[in-house]
Amino acid sequence: MKSGSRLEKILAKGLFAVTGELSPPKGNDVSVVKRKADLLRGYVDAVNVPDNQTAIVRMSSLAASALVAQIGLEPIMHMVTRDRNRIAIQSDIFGAAALDIKNILCMSGVHHTLGNQVDAKNVHDLDSVQLIDCVRTLRDQGTLLGGEEKIEGKIELFIGAVMNPFADPFEFQVTRLAKKIRAGADFIQTYPLYDIKRFKEWMTMVRDRGLDKKVYILVTLCPLGSEEMIRDVENEFPRMVVPDEIVNRIVKSENSAAEGVKLCVDQIHEIREIEGIHGIHLINMGWTEITRQIAEMSGLFPRPKI
Amino acid sequence: MEEILRYLNPYNKILLAGCGACVTVCQAGGEKEVGLLASGLRMARKKMGKAIEVLEVTPARQCEPEFALELTETIEKVEAVVSIACGVGVQTLVRHFPKSPIFPGVNTTFLGETVAHGHWEERCQACGNCILEMTGGICPIARCAKQLLNGPCGGSFQGKCEIKREADCAWRLIYDRLKTLGQLYKLEEIIPARRWGVESRESGPRRMVREDLKV
Repeated sequence: MKSGSRLEKILAKGLFAVTGELSPPKGNDVSVVKRKADLLRGYVDAVNVPDNQTAIVRMSSLAASALVAQIGLEPIMHMVTRDRNRIAIQSDIFGAAALDIKNILCMSGVHHTLGNQVDAKNVHDLDSVQLIDCVRTLRDQGTLLGGEEKIEGKIELFIGAVMNPFADPFEFQVTRLAKKIRAGADFIQTYPLYDIKRFKEWMTMVRDRGLDKKVYILVTLCPLGSEEMIRDVENEFPRMVVPDEIVNRIVKSENSAAEGVKLCVDQIHEIREIEGIHGIHLINMGWTEITRQIAEMSGLFPRPKI
Repeated sequence: MEEILRYLNPYNKILLAGCGACVTVCQAGGEKEVGLLASGLRMARKKMGKAIEVLEVTPARQCEPEFALELTETIEKVEAVVSIACGVGVQTLVRHFPKSPIFPGVNTTFLGETVAHGHWEERCQACGNCILEMTGGICPIARCAKQLLNGPCGGSFQGKCEIKREADCAWRLIYDRLKTLGQLYKLEEIIPARRWGVESRESGPRRMVREDLKV
């Protein structure tokens, strides 16, 4: 075991993993974290805690992850390279490991000019691949990045990365996955899946290179319960296009919320048939309570005891 | 213009200094622009009921001491100087004329390439350790909004960057070029964390001394 996290154990046993999302509050209101944790506890194996997602200032992912861990849910702490240099990154990783955080998700982060602090100076001292390599170095070599200096203690983290099979250049998104694996990624979570045809093409290329045997792949699904939610997803993931077919299905339905749930459950059944998929990541655009219903309806509840 | 008028408010006789090098080529601070800006300033001040005398000069290169020093006599005759050279030119004058107030007249923006007449794009950030050999001659430090070194982020879409939709995604350009060259294998290599703190501006202002060029 690299980290001994629940997520790692589930995946190592070949069980189909379910992760959820808990967006930290735009302030210090701990009750928000508790309320969302209560909605998700028991329904997911671990929960992603975003790091100022979409460059909107929120409670730090480190603090929120520590709170989540304290109240009995396993966090996957996001870390973006947008806001910290390698000094802060490594320092925060020490802190996270000390606070019983066992999973980390490494990414560059949405550009700050798309958020609510557009006048900020961005950092990008490291990129996402270099961040993965940095965490792996701390964990496996027990030294700081680029140095011989031994760290005090032992960093045990399950390292995640993000892939967008829907971004361009399409073929490069496979090369990039290979790079992230080589840098040290143990698992990946994708961008939200709506274009299943393109996703299957991408997975074929991934399997052709044998990459699905080297990393656990979790597909992100985001149920859409209204026209507004479709717009929110397109805002949160710039350039993400929800296909017309799906938009029509949701918007024209008499009960958009129910239709969105049904669509998501259908997607889960469909992707479970794809070779090389090891789990799903259910995000919710603030519709946190829906995670339970989808887990139940798709037969993913209760979660296995390990 | 308004900004320049604001800081020139206390002065009635100034020198407007252009530069015959880069800013002439990009038509931001050459002799022609000096003439236009000088007339503009005179008219604006006249309208305000507070006429100003504007002398004009455009040395061949404002950033070289020999040319800058040619301005000594003229600068002594005025109350202030506005330089429409780049930020380097302004500071060359500042260094040589410690007693004169010297103001910038343009915002120096970037190291660009002339893509077409009247169209410039940023190409280099003078980062101190060129990686163009690894990226097909296209610089992701200058041309990627996140300065990513190992491929595009999730926001690369149909060849464009998600931040500025008119901007090409640098990694798309890199990918296409390496594909054309049959060198896609280069993209498999991980480019390690850079030594910003040693090689780039992060180590403080940079300096280069060439003993062989000293006279």
